[in-house]
Amino acid sequence: MTILGQLALWLALLLGVWGAVVGIVGGRRGDPVLIRSARRTVYALSAVIAVAALSLVVALLKDDFNVAYVASYSSRNLPLAYKLSAFYGGQSGSLLFWALVLSLFASAAQLLTSRRYAYLMPYVAAVTCVIAAFFVSVSVFAANPFTRLAYTPMDGRGLNPQLQNPGMVIHPPMLYLGYISIAIPYAFSVAALLTRKLDIGWLHAIRKWTLLSWMFLSVGITLGMWWAYVELGWGGYWAWDPVENASLLPWLTMTAFLHSVMIQEKRGMLKRWNVVLIGISFMLSILGTFITRSGIISSVHSFTQSNVGYFFALFLLLGGVFMAWLTYTRWDLLRTEARLESALSREASFFFNNLILVGIAFSVLWGTMFPILSEAVRGTKVTVGPPFFNQVNVPLGLALLALTGIGPLIAWRKASPRNLRRQFVVPVLAALVMGTALFMLRLSSFSAAVAISLGAFVVGTILQEFVRGVGARHRLHGEHYALAFARLVGRNRRRYGGYIVHLGIVVYFVAFTGLAFKKEQEASLKPGESVTMRSPYGHTYTFTHVGVSQYEALNRFVSAASVEVAEDGKRLGVMTSEKRQYVDSFGRQTFEPSTEAAIRSTAREDLYIVFAGAVNGTEEAVYKFTINPLVVWVWIGGAILVFGGAVTLWPGGGPSEAARRRAVEGYQVSLAGETVDA
Amino acid sequence: VTGLDRRAFVRRAAWLGLAPAAVAQAPQGSTRDSAAARLWQPDMAGRPRGEITDYENDPFIVGVERRLRCTCGCNLDIYTCRTTDFTCTYSPALHREIVALVQQGKTAEEVIAAFVAKYGETALMAPPKRGFAWAAYLLPGIVITIVGIVLGAVLVRRSRMAAVAAVAPAPDTAGLSPDQAARLAAALDRLES
Repeated sequence: MTILGQLALWLALLLGVWGAVVGIVGGRRGDPVLIRSARRTVYALSAVIAVAALSLVVALLKDDFNVAYVASYSSRNLPLAYKLSAFYGGQSGSLLFWALVLSLFASAAQLLTSRRYAYLMPYVAAVTCVIAAFFVSVSVFAANPFTRLAYTPMDGRGLNPQLQNPGMVIHPPMLYLGYISIAIPYAFSVAALLTRKLDIGWLHAIRKWTLLSWMFLSVGITLGMWWAYVELGWGGYWAWDPVENASLLPWLTMTAFLHSVMIQEKRGMLKRWNVVLIGISFMLSILGTFITRSGIISSVHSFTQSNVGYFFALFLLLGGVFMAWLTYTRWDLLRTEARLESALSREASFFFNNLILVGIAFSVLWGTMFPILSEAVRGTKVTVGPPFFNQVNVPLGLALLALTGIGPLIAWRKASPRNLRRQFVVPVLAALVMGTALFMLRLSSFSAAVAISLGAFVVGTILQEFVRGVGARHRLHGEHYALAFARLVGRNRRRYGGYIVHLGIVVYFVAFTGLAFKKEQEASLKPGESVTMRSPYGHTYTFTHVGVSQYEALNRFVSAASVEVAEDGKRLGVMTSEKRQYVDSFGRQTFEPSTEAAIRSTAREDLYIVFAGAVNGTEEAVYKFTINPLVVWVWIGGAILVFGGAVTLWPGGGPSEAARRRAVEGYQVSLAGETVDA
Repeated sequence: VTGLDRRAFVRRAAWLGLAPAAVAQAPQGSTRDSAAARLWQPDMAGRPRGEITDYENDPFIVGVERRLRCTCGCNLDIYTCRTTDFTCTYSPALHREIVALVQQGKTAEEVIAAFVAKYGETALMAPPKRGFAWAAYLLPGIVITIVGIVLGAVLVRRSRMAAVAAVAPAPDTAGLSPDQAARLAAALDRLES
């Protein structure tokens, strides 16, 4: 199977090059034969890369330990789900996964894109083929998953214990789907620049792709936080780790794009900015993969490190220069169609929203790369950890939260004082009431109080919009309130889906404030001994050590330490945290022991218990107890965010026929003065 | 724990293989002096640990540890590393070093200075606010502020221009090529500014 896989990789490389050439040449000449060939090459590329991927999966399932990748990331006793996830658990497998998903997305783009954008498709095929060829070439020349060993080990090393978690089965693919799907909007933007047809058409063509990509990134980031929380055992979910930062960067710029694209659609403004944002988002997605895979910056997530970094650095450099040249040479074609009419308008608020989002992205990138810069400039490596990122980003995050409420309420073009009064009185009152209540409750964290007050402001704006919309439908159409609500959302999915997303953002922010009130304590307890902790809400938890049991499981030896938990004297139950020593099928230890936290979640707070180890080999256990307020709301916020995205994405929520007609008319008008043949 | 709860608990503990420990459990504090039973496979329960002392939870020491990075290469601060990565041998040693410095009567800043002197600036969780490292803190804020001011100025200028254009009659650009129209618009812009 590995020979078949190797052949498939080489064939994919050739197909990638062929697709790029015929796509560009066919597009420029308008040659239908070459254009058809480019499209079919994309389909063939998917099929061939799928064969390569299948070959690796078969090697994993058959425990072919002569294959270096299988020996490094799998073992005989690894459960089936993790054998499958080992496909993208290591470096070379994940690069092949990248190429596979990209080729599938590229095929979907060719299949599903409306014929009205046929003029872009050969270039889209060419760009996706170039990107796929890059990943395949890295697989072939630097990180070949089919490399064989000179001998065959009896068993493999197994998958890193931290990756043996259900969250880790879903989280990396989701994040990769997010990263990879940005390549499709990027390919369309390059195609639009190459064809010089920079009307609104290409934006309509990529609308669903950008939303899809943003949703995958959102799901991937949230699942990543969940994985870090349940698996890494430190009681937190975001550590400003370089790899976490790398996943946040394209999310921020894509979020900025989803807002700025509205201004181009409505007013024909920000054309240059939108092209730049898509280019930056794609580059950041490659940078994310580069940081994860190159090991250039040390990270708890860097499970694999090697010399693939040179390939990525070169690709980033060439891609950046190409995009800059393309944008520069089309600069005049990207002139704005309309002028801003007032600084008090939705357009203006979106400008600032973009400034803050891209500003946060810049500060995160700056902080992430600063250790390298410092080493290059001063020869001294410094650490840029959570204190830095919190200091720089918390004020920006609060400003963004405020704009989340302000933006949707201000009128397009120009807001009148009457409009402002009508829209803002209720939300501002909500914020003031909440702020006063928190002040009277003597909330100890100022930034938490501001975040919650701003959250009340944004929720006020959202509720006001829903209440007014439902009320209007009820009055005009005589609909029942529930029906009016359903139709209100169903008939304007983009707008109201957006409000739901904003609600998810508020829930996120409020959940993040819980970090300011986190409580931690270590204790060593003999069986029967207890320790008490006071929660930020004033409750007293009593943790009583029950004992440590040890037993063998499928591919591990488990030491389970149990604690009986009581809240204000009322028994809540037993929580069990584990130390897991993973072993291969011969009972040999494969990794350092890992820790599984015991977590009890409520809407109010999480109890998080970690068994740190046994005192001198006895049942006396060392525990770390953490009371984590509001954590469950992080996951709920993520779910609301994704639900809102799904509402927006649901078919029927796209641009209306009238909008499409306007777009086409605009296109024809712009052609008239350019003597370009339509 | 009530009698009923205790029976339910013993059943659950027995299911988990904890019956001996469950039966032995007693009210809080009463077994402080009892010897804990030896584990079946002690070496499978992670690195052997010592008993937790007051220093491990001391807010002052924890506060200092949060500002210092573990030297094991994990990117975590000393406190988080020693209470998370229980295989790390560096963070417990660094913790002991901090405790020793605190016992000598050193302040937080003196402990941190001692660590920087010994391990370099990379021992800090955030760059020191001096010299080149100021760039780390200031650049994002400066860039965002400058762009924000420029953006604000452009927005105000353009909104004023739009207000002027709204009262002026629209120029008749019929018959002009796009290039001519663009030059005319640029000239009008210059005139208005």
